[in-house]
Amino acid sequence: MKEYILCKYGEIALKGLNKSSFESVLTKNIKRRLSGIGNFSVTRAQSTIYVEPLDDSCDMDEAVERLKKVFGIAKLTKALEVEKSMEAILCDSMDYLAEAFEGYSTFKVNAKRADKKFPFKSPEICAELGHKILEQFPGMRVDVHEPDVTVTVEIRERHAFINALKIDGAGGIPVGTGGRGLLLLSGGIDSPVAGYMIAKRGVVVQAVHFEAPPYTSERARLKVEKLVSEIAEYCGDVVFHCVPFTRIQECIRDKCPEELFTIIMRRLMFEIAQRIADKEDLACVITGESLGQVASQTMYAMVCTDAACRMPVLRPCIGMDKAEIVEISRKIGTFETSIEPYEDCCTVFTPKHPKTRPVLDDVVKAQDSFDFEPLIAEAVENTEVKVIKKFV
Amino acid sequence: MIYFDNAATTKPCRESVEAVVRGLECFGNPSSLHGLGLAAEQEREKARAVIAASVGAAPEEIFFTSCATESSNTVIFGAARSEGKRKKRIVTTSVEHPSVAVCCNKLEEEGFEVVRIRPREDGSFDAADIISAVDGNTCLVTCMLVNNETGCILPVGRAFTAIKKKFPRVMTHCDCVQAYMKLPVSVKKLSADFISLSAHKIHGPKGIGALYIRRGVHIPEFILGGGQERGFRSGTESVPLIMGFGAACERLSGSIQERFDRVSKLRDILTEKCRSLEGVFVNSREDASPYVVSIAVEGLKSEPLLHFLEQREIYVSSGSACSKGKKSSVIAEFHVPERLRDSVLRISLCADNTEEETDQLIRAIAQAQSSLARIR
Repeated sequence: MKEYILCKYGEIALKGLNKSSFESVLTKNIKRRLSGIGNFSVTRAQSTIYVEPLDDSCDMDEAVERLKKVFGIAKLTKALEVEKSMEAILCDSMDYLAEAFEGYSTFKVNAKRADKKFPFKSPEICAELGHKILEQFPGMRVDVHEPDVTVTVEIRERHAFINALKIDGAGGIPVGTGGRGLLLLSGGIDSPVAGYMIAKRGVVVQAVHFEAPPYTSERARLKVEKLVSEIAEYCGDVVFHCVPFTRIQECIRDKCPEELFTIIMRRLMFEIAQRIADKEDLACVITGESLGQVASQTMYAMVCTDAACRMPVLRPCIGMDKAEIVEISRKIGTFETSIEPYEDCCTVFTPKHPKTRPVLDDVVKAQDSFDFEPLIAEAVENTEVKVIKKFV
Repeated sequence: MIYFDNAATTKPCRESVEAVVRGLECFGNPSSLHGLGLAAEQEREKARAVIAASVGAAPEEIFFTSCATESSNTVIFGAARSEGKRKKRIVTTSVEHPSVAVCCNKLEEEGFEVVRIRPREDGSFDAADIISAVDGNTCLVTCMLVNNETGCILPVGRAFTAIKKKFPRVMTHCDCVQAYMKLPVSVKKLSADFISLSAHKIHGPKGIGALYIRRGVHIPEFILGGGQERGFRSGTESVPLIMGFGAACERLSGSIQERFDRVSKLRDILTEKCRSLEGVFVNSREDASPYVVSIAVEGLKSEPLLHFLEQREIYVSSGSACSKGKKSSVIAEFHVPERLRDSVLRISLCADNTEEETDQLIRAIAQAQSSLARIR
């Protein structure tokens, strides 16, 4: 008898001939995510990944917590591996089921017989185990339509597996199967959510932050690094680029019309981001913009910023309300960090009356009135890079 | 490095550091019966006597706590528990440190009536306002002696003395953290039943504070356990920190007036120079504690200005350190105009600061005015 974790894929199961490449990335991600909490074997068979503890040092509860954050896993469950006999199924599963039944009152039993040579047919397995459960747990009733707990017995080649504890996984597809992108991270609520959402679609995310000392502080930067480490729980290790942006901001303030400040600043941020992306071989830029949320996120403003872009800009939060974004940020644990009250580089220079309908020609003309190129090159040159890991 | 953030914390003095180290080496538990324990106990009692003398109290009226916040919490919740069944009113001010203000808010939620006395138009407090707010239904009056954001000195002694005359059973508490070792603090002159003290504001170590409780006044204990501090505050005493506290107190207590004069002179120079800069306003009153100078630099935001100064190794604070970037409501209470409230800096001095340092600060502020982006 042994405890296992079974991970079921979501979307990957629907893939065609390239399914195995998704599976192998997922297996690798799982192995990496479990490092440091014991020796596990990670194997796959029949659209399921088996995580098996190899010795007593394995922290199974921590493993479940970490696996809940691995994209590509739709459901996971702690399962029990027992000897492939009716007797073992009935006797060895009772402690495990006691845990699964805690707080619930109805159940049903489901049996799957992959090994058709097993002497009992599926309905017989259900009946036998159901009977035993009713005997052993007088508080439990059978409800085949809407049970609180579904006990699944799977008869496989070598062993029988019993599981009843279903846990929702993170869903999505494995990070590393969907290309590589660069996330613009401000320190607010939206951008970490955007990073999470794009990573969920298989993208390896790097992050770029623009800092403007003395307008922003060391603490503001540490806050952003903390946010990066929080999304790293989902994305895996994140390469973090920190761009010194003070001189550019001061120049925009001095040389460009006030109402276009934010738009020009964002165009220059995108320019720098793309140069970093080119260097790092990243294919897109990711932002936390939500349509109409602030002046720089109106459709007209986006026309102006996108005109400065050679690569696609992915905006996963574009159609979401603030409340919806906040909900995700609470779920993934970045909210509390995001609301720490330090100045970030967006808040200090904000114009009183920013243009919500900027005209591209005006913006380009205003921006071209000053040669930003040397400053851009200098900012890229002086960008600090480090890898932020959640699990070492 | 130029350190102008002495109201947040101070650099521990050499005597204090050495005392802490001695305390770590003299590692016995003061409750132990053997000689090691006795040695630690004696060191603890030496420190207690020094601190008691510094505020005109008897040693048995001083209880060690982990910090002034704990001292104030103990008093406020203790007074509410012992007297609050019958007497539901608490009188305080609108400019208290959060360690007092938040406790009062909490009790207000629980049904107490909290009266918060506000400064007059000129930013000063009138003792009569505090006195007249107290009635027979009042269990506690709690009032700070020196405000931590502006240095405003409150007329605590006058108010408490009058209140005690009229209502001898009303408990009086004074948060003396920003006054201790800067102005003369005497529990008798304050007519205080309780005062809160902190070591790290007087060049001692962090993590140790004290609570004075006048003999004969009773409130319930806050932390229960092994019965240390005569049953009032359980938990093994931090002898090293207590010794550090004692050493800092011993070093400073003889020189209160001398340092006050020195810092006053420095403050006068500083405020005069501030006023000579266009767009720089001094929020602190002239009769405030010279150790805290609140200024506003019109058009510049506090935080960028603070970091600008930091780049030049000049350390100041925006508002108070406890609020870590949050807007201060206390500054508004002192009638600082709305347009200046985002632009406040707190420059808090100690006797080690020099005139040359104030020059450098002023030069740096002038530089910031010409180069930092302004609020639009």
